[in-house]
Amino acid sequence: MHTTAQAQPVGGRLMTPLYKLLLALGGLGIALIVWRFAAGLGAATNLSDGYPWGLWIAYDVVTGTAIACGGYAVALIVYVLNKGRYHPLVRSAVLASALGYSVAGLSILIDVGRPWHVWKVPLFFWEWNLNSALLEVALCIMAYVFVLWIELSPAFLERWKVSGRPGLRRFAERTQPWLDRALIWILALGILLPTMHQSSLGSLMLLSGPRLHALWNTPILPLLFLVSCLAMGYAIVVFESTLGGAFFRRSHDTAMLVSLERVAAWGSLLFVALRLGDLALRGRFGLALQGDLKSVLFWIENALVLAPFLLVFGRARRYDARRLFSGALLVILGGALYRFDTYLVAFDPGPGWSYFPSAAETLITLGLVALEGVVYIALVTRFPILAGAPSAAPAR
Amino acid sequence: MALDRRSLLKGAALTAAAATVGTAPAGARERRAAPADAVGLLYDTTRCIGCKACVVACKEANNMPPDTDGYGGGLYDAPEALNETTRNVIQLYQGEDETSFVKRQCMHCVDPGCVGACMLGALQKREYGIVTWDGSRCIGCRYCQVACPFNVPKFEWSKKAPKIVKCELCVHRLREGKEPACSEVCPRQAVIFGTRAELLAEAHRRLAGHPDRYVPKVYGEHELGGTQCLYLSHVPFEKLGFRFQHDEPVPEVQQTVQHGIYQGFAAPLALYAVLGAVMFRNRRNGAGETGPDSPDS
Repeated sequence: MHTTAQAQPVGGRLMTPLYKLLLALGGLGIALIVWRFAAGLGAATNLSDGYPWGLWIAYDVVTGTAIACGGYAVALIVYVLNKGRYHPLVRSAVLASALGYSVAGLSILIDVGRPWHVWKVPLFFWEWNLNSALLEVALCIMAYVFVLWIELSPAFLERWKVSGRPGLRRFAERTQPWLDRALIWILALGILLPTMHQSSLGSLMLLSGPRLHALWNTPILPLLFLVSCLAMGYAIVVFESTLGGAFFRRSHDTAMLVSLERVAAWGSLLFVALRLGDLALRGRFGLALQGDLKSVLFWIENALVLAPFLLVFGRARRYDARRLFSGALLVILGGALYRFDTYLVAFDPGPGWSYFPSAAETLITLGLVALEGVVYIALVTRFPILAGAPSAAPAR
Repeated sequence: MALDRRSLLKGAALTAAAATVGTAPAGARERRAAPADAVGLLYDTTRCIGCKACVVACKEANNMPPDTDGYGGGLYDAPEALNETTRNVIQLYQGEDETSFVKRQCMHCVDPGCVGACMLGALQKREYGIVTWDGSRCIGCRYCQVACPFNVPKFEWSKKAPKIVKCELCVHRLREGKEPACSEVCPRQAVIFGTRAELLAEAHRRLAGHPDRYVPKVYGEHELGGTQCLYLSHVPFEKLGFRFQHDEPVPEVQQTVQHGIYQGFAAPLALYAVLGAVMFRNRRNGAGETGPDSPDS
């Protein structure tokens, strides 16, 4: 196994003021999680029998894993299309994905009412309901969390091989050959699993059937979720690389990011074309023209994801990093809104029900996102994950 | 340069190959018939006087705690709707010139959304086609609540070890040779118990006997794929809170799509094999477009 020459630990001081803020938010989140288990879901959340799923599902699981599709998106380019020059982006993208998916898994444990039975889901295969889209999502996400951390493990092994501790060194040296042999099949799983469960996250809401607004309720919901998660995946890599580059003072290859953003833009175009074509084919296009809240949201989603087209396809503007960043951000926001709408706004349980997340729900979600930041920064500081030459002394 | 058109098309083709299986479902899934031993209830709005004896009897038969949050300032067990302590309830509809009571409990769908949702089959149609809940397989994900078009399954939000609460048609009483508590106590036979076939025949007999009295249909005969609990009404069903009048069962579209993608799990396995082969070839041939640093895998 060769080493990725460019990936290096960022080094530098960890306990910056920002880091302390993230730690504080994360600590508050953990305290509230403890309280949620002590007090019960009714006390901690604004969930109800009408809106049984709220922020934790709509954001942490459904949107969070789509935002965590950077690893999936880059793996497709690097390992399937064999574009080796994008390899420097792999580790940071996979780390972000691993964190996003781990948080999604954790959120599910917090959200479900009877978490002490969760272990049965992967093990009691004779009781599996193979019709359940949620079963597929659950199994795929559980498996993919492991796959992502294994995909990232070369970064850890590389570091441990030069570790001062002989135990770690021996472990790294012994694991390496085994990992080398298995890695291709793990990487292939790393593409198969998100293809399956990201589309199934769309299928999930098909079961809310007539209670899902017709602008969102379409048999191609799984295809739309898949295309949209890929567009978001490429956008998030642009977003993270730009942000990480600025934060850790690393240079990055703008031309490469432009290419990724173009893929995101084409993916978004495909997404919108599929949506409009599907509505027209099913004769429901009139719903998009009604001018009510739902139709307005529908167009906002489409406009947001189409934004990078305008931002990156003007020739003169192409290499403007700020436009690149904004374009990526808009694709992510559009995809996030699409998911929130599908799971919450377009879901109509009937008269008398309403939902807005409670303070505890919001702070727990915020805390988990902060913890992602905490772990991300800690790991890139110590392990060879980020590529790109330092453009100045690390001065965070 | 970077991602040329050809490689993008290649990628798009792979993605499409993975996805098209989903858009080309292998024909709609078959409609289900009620199980041979299906039992249910027939509720007739023209007979109900709103005495709520059935609500009290249901609580007693199922050991449910009182719900004192409703009317009566905490003095009475007066649930306003189905909730975590109430599996059966009588509600009042007051329109401009018509009034009706309506009973609510699980409809025991022929093809239930909740059963299609449930990961480990905690909710299943078991004996007599009754949808019952097995707590040992439930993780409390509440997908059943997302899937039920009648908003029936309730969740014990106030508990630390919450259960799913819903009518199980007093299956414990049926096993003892009794009928459900609600139909047993009803002083006007507004709700009666029987096999689904008997109840349908009785409903149509009443419709034929008094066509002037009823909306001309038996709700649940076909609606949402059919239900084992059936309704006759003198008020349009929409007004009584039956939001959906179409015949398509809730799981139909989803399972048609999912079965199209996952038929025999062949498509995912094929995709996995193709991905593995492509990556293996890539590794053997070395990465294309690499700079001086070749990828590490």
